[in-house]
Amino acid sequence: MNPLDTGLSALTSLWANKLRSGLTVLGIVIGVAAVISLMSIGRGAQASITETIQSLGTNLLFVQPGSSSFGGIFFGQGSASTLTLDDAEAIADSLSDSSVAAVAPELNSSGQIVYGRENTFTQVLGVTPEYLDVRNMNLATGSFISDGHVTGRSEVAVLGSYTSESLFGLRDPVGQTIKINDRRFTVIGVLDSEGGGPFGLFDDQILAPITTVYYRLAAQRTTRGEIAVDSISVQVKDESLMDQAEGEIATLLRLRHRLTGEDDFTINNQQDTLETLEETTDTFVMFLGAIAGISLLVGGIGIMNIMLVSVTERTREIGIRKAMGATRRDILVQFMSEAIFLSIVGGGVGVLVGVTISRLIDDKTLLNQTFQTVFSGDIVVLALLVSAAIGLFFGIYPAMRAARQHPIDALRYE
Amino acid sequence: MITLEGVTKVYNLGSVQVTALDGVDLSIDEGEMVAVMGVSGSGKSTLMNIVGCLDVPTSGSYSLDGQDVGAMNDNRLAYVRNRKVGFVFQTYNLLPRLSALANVELPLLYGRGRRNRRQRAREALERVGLGDRMRHKPAELSGGQQQRVGIARALVKEPAILLADEPTGNLDSRSSEEIIDMLIRLNREEGITVVVVTHSPEIAARTDRVISMLDGRIVSDETTERTR
Repeated sequence: MNPLDTGLSALTSLWANKLRSGLTVLGIVIGVAAVISLMSIGRGAQASITETIQSLGTNLLFVQPGSSSFGGIFFGQGSASTLTLDDAEAIADSLSDSSVAAVAPELNSSGQIVYGRENTFTQVLGVTPEYLDVRNMNLATGSFISDGHVTGRSEVAVLGSYTSESLFGLRDPVGQTIKINDRRFTVIGVLDSEGGGPFGLFDDQILAPITTVYYRLAAQRTTRGEIAVDSISVQVKDESLMDQAEGEIATLLRLRHRLTGEDDFTINNQQDTLETLEETTDTFVMFLGAIAGISLLVGGIGIMNIMLVSVTERTREIGIRKAMGATRRDILVQFMSEAIFLSIVGGGVGVLVGVTISRLIDDKTLLNQTFQTVFSGDIVVLALLVSAAIGLFFGIYPAMRAARQHPIDALRYE
Repeated sequence: MITLEGVTKVYNLGSVQVTALDGVDLSIDEGEMVAVMGVSGSGKSTLMNIVGCLDVPTSGSYSLDGQDVGAMNDNRLAYVRNRKVGFVFQTYNLLPRLSALANVELPLLYGRGRRNRRQRAREALERVGLGDRMRHKPAELSGGQQQRVGIARALVKEPAILLADEPTGNLDSRSSEEIIDMLIRLNREEGITVVVVTHSPEIAARTDRVISMLDGRIVSDETTERTR
């Protein structure tokens, strides 16, 4: 039989049992719709996690001092004061022509913050003007730390949104004076809320010029009298230059630190973190898909069941067709095409239902959970392929049973 | 054109072996009209199945149109059924979902020579006088009309041999008469070889040759005078 005849023949015999065919298709529809909507919910969750990470900037490298040791006992990473402000400036100066866009050194400290009768204990971060751009942050009001503030060791502060709220409530903090460890600082600006961030960390902090923090607040000093930093964030010009930048920074620092053996710094890649996380969430999405896949499997068994019934019912038809010269292959193809037709129609309708469901629940809050869905073509292709494969897999056994019928037995069947 | 030599067919029914045909020798020439008679279980249906290439002999040889059927695989058998044999069944065996035309088209769907399907099916139906019933489903036709659709379906591929298994078994006498007349006309006017299995002595009397079977053997083979 040619493909057109086969298709028409499959269509007629399925149409003859509309309700039965419809219910069988429904099984596949539910399966495919479940796969698509669950996977797009999974992808949505994945996207929002990635987005949070990316809000920090994906083209960031973090350079941190290596571990220090005392008598063979190693302290944690960053415990040595091997990185200096000069290192940061050297990275910015010598690599700005190749891979580096901006460099933001940081010095961590903390202190008791007092304004009037309010007080709080929080992290005080010594930064340079580049920090704002490199960390992808925005100012809510006021201005940010300038180069002048850094060179002049000015006692100015920029507040995180949470810190500002806890000290000033709804009042405007700009121009007010706060005390950090009993030193007076003038508030010059407030950061925008970063929202997410791990534990709202970026909202509860105070930024001050790195020099001010070093000389006025921090306790540690380098042996050479240089300004030590806790970490240097390097913004790379393009994501594709990450590896190059990493290599160049490492070479530069080894030269500057006159290293021959082990590095006294480490470079962490934001992209690596992201990739690890994406691998994890990928597994999660596949897991959701697999759960939904079970219902698709059940739908496939429905197809097999109905095809077996159909083969038995149409034993006589098989006998007649064989007497008229149908080969085993003709019969096999006829029944296979019916099964595949059911599964593909089910797949198609399932895709429509699945897409509709994922559109409907996008950005909706159900059970205190806001769903975000990300829908993409590959899910559709996957779902259609899987449903066609299910038609093939569950259709082959009934079709083989049909094809194997002996013409005489089939003709005699009542 | 049909030659059976020492054809034996044994069925295995679990522990029992049933010999349905026991060393049958038979030859039928082109253009003959043969009636096969015998009581139930005499082996005439088995003979028809083998002649119609629906089954192969357990032993012995059968050749149709010079081709050895005993040596054929399933696909070759299907091909021979499609090209050389036209079946007419007692219970018509039409597909109830399909129109008369689509039923007649059925053999044209398989094997080679699929061109002008619709046209050839239409012509076959006109040959049996059903040109005005092409779109009717089998359930909308009388028994005699259904059997004529069956004959049109058997003829559509221009077979070498027409096998009719009790073609009038389910029909009233007037329709039976029509069907037998038609088979005789096809044989006399178009030279088609016809083998008809029947219980009815009246039908047998109108054929050229009557073969009687009992217990899987041919017990008599008589050529009669042609009657009009």
